[in-house]
Amino acid sequence: MLQDALLIAGKDLRLELRSRVALNQVLPFALLVLVLFAFALDPDRGVLAQATPGLYWIAVLFSALLALQRSFAIEAADGNRDALRLSGLDPAGIFLGKVLAVSVQLIVLEVLLGIGVAVLYTTHIEGWGLLVVSSVIATASIAAAGTLFGVLAAGLRVRETLLPLLLLPVLAPVLIGSTRAFEAALAGSPSEGWPWVGLMSIFASLYVVAGVLGFGPLLEES
Amino acid sequence: MVHLRGAVALLGRFPALAGVDLDLEPRRIVLLRGANGAGKTTLLRTLAGLVALAAGEATVLGVDLRTDRRSVRHRVGLLGHATGLYDDLTVGDNVRFWARAAGADADDVERALTRLGLDGRLRSVAVSRLSAGQRRRTSLACLIARRPELWLLDEPHAGLDQQGRDLVDALLREATAAGATVILSSHELDRSMQLADEVITIAGGIVTRDSDVAGVQVVPTDGGAEGHRGDR
Repeated sequence: MLQDALLIAGKDLRLELRSRVALNQVLPFALLVLVLFAFALDPDRGVLAQATPGLYWIAVLFSALLALQRSFAIEAADGNRDALRLSGLDPAGIFLGKVLAVSVQLIVLEVLLGIGVAVLYTTHIEGWGLLVVSSVIATASIAAAGTLFGVLAAGLRVRETLLPLLLLPVLAPVLIGSTRAFEAALAGSPSEGWPWVGLMSIFASLYVVAGVLGFGPLLEES
Repeated sequence: MVHLRGAVALLGRFPALAGVDLDLEPRRIVLLRGANGAGKTTLLRTLAGLVALAAGEATVLGVDLRTDRRSVRHRVGLLGHATGLYDDLTVGDNVRFWARAAGADADDVERALTRLGLDGRLRSVAVSRLSAGQRRRTSLACLIARRPELWLLDEPHAGLDQQGRDLVDALLREATAAGATVILSSHELDRSMQLADEVITIAGGIVTRDSDVAGVQVVPTDGGAEGHRGDR
């Protein structure tokens, strides 16, 4: 299963390196969201500073939707989904591989967005440890839930519009948890952020288990 | 090798296979012919374990498709109308990925690329930049690198030039010589009849004629080629 996961992740990341969709489209989109928020809230820098964690994670969530849609669009083209089903790869491995590839892309995006936030919003981070751990857990949560809902929507004609409708409400706990953890890291009070990391860890674990068990049947139906 | 009794497969509510009876022996090339919409593609996809059986019996390579469709999949190679290739990856990347997914090694990849004439400059060209014929060759390379026991080919000659068509014929003969079984659907009856050991005719989702190729007269099914089988 892990070998299959690495094979799928390698393939998806190689596709991204060759097509540069995340670099040329998703990253500019995310930066644009940050800049627009800065324009909208700039007259009151206090509000901007207060809202930074939430704005950051909303930009990440929107970008994740694009990355997830891309992850399944490449399988929808030219009979690739059938080829995957015939490949003999473990569906759980396919799921984990897609989660890994999306997570890697999101982490790169988060680092670049973080730099954007620091520059645009003049943010100073105090609790780096909390910020890094919470970001990794939140990213895994988004990628796991998104991959599960992505395959659910993949076979439908309205998948592009359906995925955000299905996924965004489900990811509300992750948005809240990651935002609170970011706030705690900014405020230099990490102890207030760790419980949220725990909550997101449970969320991520649930969706990883659900994906490992459910991805196969959903791939059959898509 | 393949055993179907009263096999029914639905596309939505439409019975694309409406009770197919079929028995095929190993190491043979079987030509599946029929008009557009007769059920050829659905039959191939059912044998590959991609389409669920709604009724009847189906055993492929010893696997009962009623209870376990997944187990047969990695043992068959399906070449359909779609290429199953990733446009942004190179020819070499695609063949390597699908071969590794099936557990094949680097030698299988190299052999497949060489056999299909893709081992030169083409191996590092993105699939999106290939012609239709080159894509077809790449799909075939992916298929033979996997070394399937049952080859299911939907119009394998489509999009290929004369040299490519001859190569496909040679590959199919090599596959059966190596122990595989080949089922191909084709409208190119002249060429396919030369190749086939057995001919199946399907119409309205039912196999209407199932016989050895000797003595089968080629009749047009949907405007396809017309003629008589040559000597083998």
